[in-house]
Amino acid sequence: MPRWGYKIHEDRQVIWEEGDFSLVERIRLAEPSLCLCISCGTCASGCTAAQFTDFSLRRVIIQLQRGRIEEVRQEIDRCMLCGKCILTCPRGVNTRHLVLCIRKELSGDVLY
Amino acid sequence: MYYIDYDPFVLPFTLGVLALLVMLFWKFFQWWDKLQPEDRIVIRTGLRSGKLLAILKEVFLESLIHRRMWKQNPLQGYMHMTFAFGWFMLILIGNVESRIHSGVEFNMPYYPIFFKFFLDSNEGLPFSKSFTFIMDFFLLLVLSGLVLAMFKRVNAKLYGMKKPAKPEAIDRIALTALWFIFPLRLLAESFTSAVTGTGGFLTGNLGEFLSGWLPARLLAYPAWWSYSVALSVFFVCMPFTRYMHIPAEVLLIYLRHLGFKPSKTYDFFSVVEVNSCPSCGVCVESCQLKSSLGHGNIVPAYFLRGLKKDREDMQAVNECMLCGRCQQVCPVGIHVNDIRIQRRDLLNKQVVFNYPYLPPPDHQKADVVYFAGCMTHLTPGIKRSVENILKAAGIHYLFLDKEGGICCGRPLQIAGLWDSARQLVESNQRLIRQSGARLLLTSCPICLKVFREEYDLRIPVMHHSQYLVQLIEAELINVAFSSREVSYHDPCELGRGCGIFEEPRQLISRIAGLQEITAGREKSLCCGGSLGGLSLSFQERKRLASDALKQLLAGQPDLLITACPLCKKTFQPLSPVGVMDIAEFLYTAMEQKTRTAQPEVLINCNETVAVL
Ligand code: SF4
Ligand code: SF4
Ligand code: SF4
Ligand code: SF4
Repeated sequence: MPRWGYKIHEDRQVIWEEGDFSLVERIRLAEPSLCLCISCGTCASGCTAAQFTDFSLRRVIIQLQRGRIEEVRQEIDRCMLCGKCILTCPRGVNTRHLVLCIRKELSGDVLY
Repeated sequence: MYYIDYDPFVLPFTLGVLALLVMLFWKFFQWWDKLQPEDRIVIRTGLRSGKLLAILKEVFLESLIHRRMWKQNPLQGYMHMTFAFGWFMLILIGNVESRIHSGVEFNMPYYPIFFKFFLDSNEGLPFSKSFTFIMDFFLLLVLSGLVLAMFKRVNAKLYGMKKPAKPEAIDRIALTALWFIFPLRLLAESFTSAVTGTGGFLTGNLGEFLSGWLPARLLAYPAWWSYSVALSVFFVCMPFTRYMHIPAEVLLIYLRHLGFKPSKTYDFFSVVEVNSCPSCGVCVESCQLKSSLGHGNIVPAYFLRGLKKDREDMQAVNECMLCGRCQQVCPVGIHVNDIRIQRRDLLNKQVVFNYPYLPPPDHQKADVVYFAGCMTHLTPGIKRSVENILKAAGIHYLFLDKEGGICCGRPLQIAGLWDSARQLVESNQRLIRQSGARLLLTSCPICLKVFREEYDLRIPVMHHSQYLVQLIEAELINVAFSSREVSYHDPCELGRGCGIFEEPRQLISRIAGLQEITAGREKSLCCGGSLGGLSLSFQERKRLASDALKQLLAGQPDLLITACPLCKKTFQPLSPVGVMDIAEFLYTAMEQKTRTAQPEVLINCNETVAVL
């Protein structure tokens, strides 16, 4: 294989139209503070689960807002619901309840 | 000749009782269905278990005399007692009286109730004077309670409540019927007495007085009819109203004596507890969600009523902070927190979290193992202080989650996620056991409770406020007293949750002046940060915390001391005075912060300091 001096990265383009936004709409109703998130990542920096795995609540929220439900599903069940992130979030997002709501929705339990 | 006294007016009453029995039987049958086979055996054989006397005693004290209600509020207690005990005695003595009169053991069920109607005169009736006196006395007792009950609807403040629990339509019907029963009985017996002279000091005199200006002979019969109808309406409504608590509470007392306890799932015992709530409303004023946020629907009085009627209030399930303030005052002793978690368990049935990444245990050993907990890692001052104090005291300890550990599992449990929590519990349990610890020390009351109740550790588990006070007593650390005045906030999980009220106070009084506050100990307020309140928003938590702070700082202390990292973190941004954890406070007051000579290693095993 000749070296060209550059390499081609895997395509990381997010195609907005492919997103499934039904989940985020329902979650917004159950936990309206989701709208306050500015993706700062403070929640992920102190996260208990993140010490042992690459779980990041910030990424989960971004994927949720982008409608990428499969990515959310793969990551969300790492959270321990310890509640540390509620205390650190500078925007007052009820992160712990948010995780629970997402988990409930994905597993088919009624959400209100 | 065998002769049965009968008149058509007894029909409403008799049919009402029959309907009541059928419905009670049906309800019980439905509950019974929820029971495990082994529990059925316990219940069936319970009557022969030798506990019968104790059970009867408690039924007498709680269901009739309402002892715990008296303790909560004497006026309320008297009111409940007059109704329950008075009515019970009327039935009991009425039965004795009528049986003596008729001379047979078998009576029609309505006969004792309407005895005076069928009695032509007192002649030939043994002890008739005593009987009429006693019956009139108990009727008067019930009527006095009735006056209080009516008064309560008008002026609830007297009963220590701002408002009584609001009744629903069917409750109202039953309540009205109940209120009518005894005045109607009084009238019926008085009118009859005016004709036959069978009344006592109350019904006799009233009858005489009324007959002066009313046609007593004519009015007696309709009065008996109305009395019978009122009874009937009450009995038919009863299984659908809060008065269901009367049979349910007797069953509850029976079950508790047989060792039944709340379990993790919503089961037979839970249903009986739910139905035992009389909506007395004692809990209504204890809830901060009501006083600070105006969310009155969360309190047990309404939450349990919803459950009884299969109308679950989701907000009441998810928003409650599980602070336990309502449970603390409940005269029936209903385990509302457990019931709330059971309902969350049902609502989250399909939710599972998975933790395949949990860290493998390492092999460090120590006598004392310190587990700081997630929340303590957010308030590093606390863990630093505890470590420094332990070092100063020369304790050989292992900081289990120094590099960050996993959650204790309780936050998952209070969300009803028992299976997910089990993974964390087992992992931590393995870690603690392998360390060979003889004492587990934690800084977080949330962890403390779960370590004590859900872990199988077989060693004492202590909160640092308990351990540090022992270090002082063993003179391993010396503290200086300063003239500062502080106020102490009892964290929910430490105080009501684990019953630790004294040790933090002992510790603080050695260092500074402690102000006692009105909402202290069992009555302590929740900081608002509770992990129980799943759906509480940031703003709501802030309001709860500010309101709690107002009470805590009423005596203008120099510092606010608490013993929970979550409480500290919640209060700190809002408090005008400094907020400190008890360990941090102790560390600031320590005279000699390093030890020159290492002492014998001390750990506490059986609540006393033992030299190893
Ligand atoms: S800390 Fe709060 S605002 Fe920042 S990413 Fe997390 S949820 Fe969003
Ligand atoms: S609640 Fe979940 S996301 Fe938040 S800090 Fe704990 S483990 Fe991380
Ligand atoms: S839960 Fe307890 S205090 Fe509240 S209404 Fe029911 S019995 Fe009364
Ligand atoms: S546990 Fe606390 S928050 Fe929940 S209803 Fe009772 S008093 Fe209110």
